[in-house]
Parts: sequence; structure tokens; C-alpha cells
Amino acid sequence: MNNRHEAFDPADDAAMELRIWEYIDGLSTDAERSEIEQLLVEHAAWREKYKELLSVHQMLDATELEQPSMRFTRNVMDEIARLQIAPATKAYIDKKIIWGIGAFFVTVIVGFLVYGLSQIDWSAGASGTSKMLGVDFTEVDYSQVFNNNFVNVFIMLNITLGLILLDLYLTQRRKTWQQA
Amino acid sequence: MQMHNEIADNAIIEQVLKGDRNAFGTLVERYQSFVFTIALRYVKGREDAEELAQDIFVKAYRSLADFKGTSKFSTWLYTITTTTSISFLRKKKLEVHSLDNEKVFAVADNFDGGMNANVIEQKSRQNMVNAAIRLLSPDDAQVITLFYKGEQTLEEIAQVMGKEPNAVKVQLHRARTRLKEKMQQHFAAEVRDL
Repeated sequence: MNNRHEAFDPADDAAMELRIWEYIDGLSTDAERSEIEQLLVEHAAWREKYKELLSVHQMLDATELEQPSMRFTRNVMDEIARLQIAPATKAYIDKKIIWGIGAFFVTVIVGFLVYGLSQIDWSAGASGTSKMLGVDFTEVDYSQVFNNNFVNVFIMLNITLGLILLDLYLTQRRKTWQQA
Repeated sequence: MQMHNEIADNAIIEQVLKGDRNAFGTLVERYQSFVFTIALRYVKGREDAEELAQDIFVKAYRSLADFKGTSKFSTWLYTITTTTSISFLRKKKLEVHSLDNEKVFAVADNFDGGMNANVIEQKSRQNMVNAAIRLLSPDDAQVITLFYKGEQTLEEIAQVMGKEPNAVKVQLHRARTRLKEKMQQHFAAEVRDL
């Protein structure tokens, strides 16, 4: 048996610690276990670290849970006595409805695209972008377009949907940030 | 924590869903210590922790019809524990003990002074470990508690915490390293005596 004390650099030390923790937790494969057992036999530094980590592991294993007050269960039961179990989520959220809403929006978008594309004069030659689209944007009277109630409602609807999506995106980002 | 029969848990849930409200009391008795301990990892005072633990069980009762039995009841309950604890903190705007927060070192030092006397007096290894765990961030404290006391595998802890199993493994390793450092930093004499 070799009892020499090897000088490990910090990176090696961290790697050694991780491998020993996996060994103690029973997460190592059979091959890794054999290898670590061999290292424990051969190297004093590994044995020392193993002893240290095993002691922490045993301390954590021996800790007891905190106890709430004696009235805790009674308090919970008193609280739920006034409540009813909510129906299962799947009972009131039908996936078909969600798919239906999705299909409606996709149809509307596709409809607008088809209508828009069909209005373009593809044969019109042009020197500028506005001519290429068959429309001279400098001559469009925007006040006529935005006076239309339908267009205004459509824009408002899109802004609302945009805000909802932005809120969902920010919530998701916050969750990811909290997990990190 | 004693081992629980999962079939028994599911049988109790079935009873509750059939209308036997009192059967839920068995589940509360069974898991109250664990839920309360996790709550204490998130909030400082026992009163707040008890209020939080109560909210968790009420929420679990209300949502019981959503428990599908695909995971252990304990895993499902601990997921509710985690989300409710985070919401509770946000709502109450309580101070979170975080390693990133400089204040934690001041809190830790004060706490150390108070707990040292207690530890020396009681010669209690458990008190020391629990005190050291309280100095960790809620995430670190939770992963250690779930692994050692919650009877949860790494995969189940990952589900509870909404992380990948590998990330949980790394976090568990780091949490124990930080715990070791805290014990050496604040309870050096007691660690030597053990």
C-alpha cells in the first residue's frame, strides 16, 4: 500500500471530490467504483478526502426534520373544512378548444396573406420599391385607412395579443433566471 | 423520515377524492415535518414557515384531483412546496438568504454567535448541521434536504426543482461543499470536537 501524500492541484482536488461524492451517493458505475476503491487503497490523499466527505454525508444523513406546532394538522384540517377539491384541470381545459383557437388565428393570418398577395400587381415594372409592389406609397392617403373602424379594432387586437405574448415571454425569462 | 408505502398514499388520495376529507389528515401528519422543514429553508421565522406550510397543504388539497399518480405523491407535494414557497416570498417580500446577498454574511455572523452557545451547551451535532444549512441559499438548502430527508432520487429532485438531473447533481455537490465551508467558517471548534 502506498501511503504517500500527493500534492493535488485545485482542479484535480475538485474532480477527486466530485468522484468521491458520486461514489458515496451510489451514483458511480461498477467500473468507476472499482477504480475509486483502487485509488482509495493506493493514495492517502484520496483516503483522507473520502473520510472527510463521508463524515459530512453521515452528519447530513443523521439530521432530523424540523417539527411544526402540535396544532398544525388541526389548523390545516380546519382550513380545508371550508374548501372543496377543485375539478381536475383537464376537465375544464379541453385541448380541442386550444387547437381550435390556434387554427382560427392561423386561418386568419393565411387569409390576410393570400388576400394581400393577390392584390399585388406582379406585372408592374418599377424603378423603386413602391413601383415594384404596384403601389406608390407617397400617394397613399393614410387618414382614409386608419379611419376605418375595422382596421383600428384589428390593430388594437394585435397590440393586445402582442402585449400578452410579451408578458408570457418575460414570465418565462424570469422563471429561467430564478432557476439559474 | 420513515419510509412510506406509496400504495398507501395513493389509496388515501382515492379516499379523499371520494369525499373522505378526514383522510387527508393522514397525509398531513405524514409529510408535515418535511414540508415545514423546506418552508423553513425559505423563510426565517417558524411562524411564517408554519403559515407557508399550511398554505402548501391547502393548495395540495384543492389540487388533489390533478394528481395523476404518475409520480410519487411526495414528489408532487414537494413541487407544490417549491412553487408556493417562491410565491410566498414574492408576496411577502421577505428577505431571502442568498449567497449573492452581502447581508447574509452579517446575518450568518450574528446567527453564529447565538447558535454557538446553543451548540456548545447541547453538544448537538444535529443543531450544528441544521444551523449551517440555514446559512445556505434556499436552493442549496432545499437540494440537500430533498436528497437526504425527502427520499427523492436525483431525477425526482430535478422534477421538483424544474431542472435537469445533471444540474441537480452538480448543485448537490456544490451545496455540500458550501455547507462544509460554512461549518468550518462558523463552527470550527465544534467540527474539531466531532
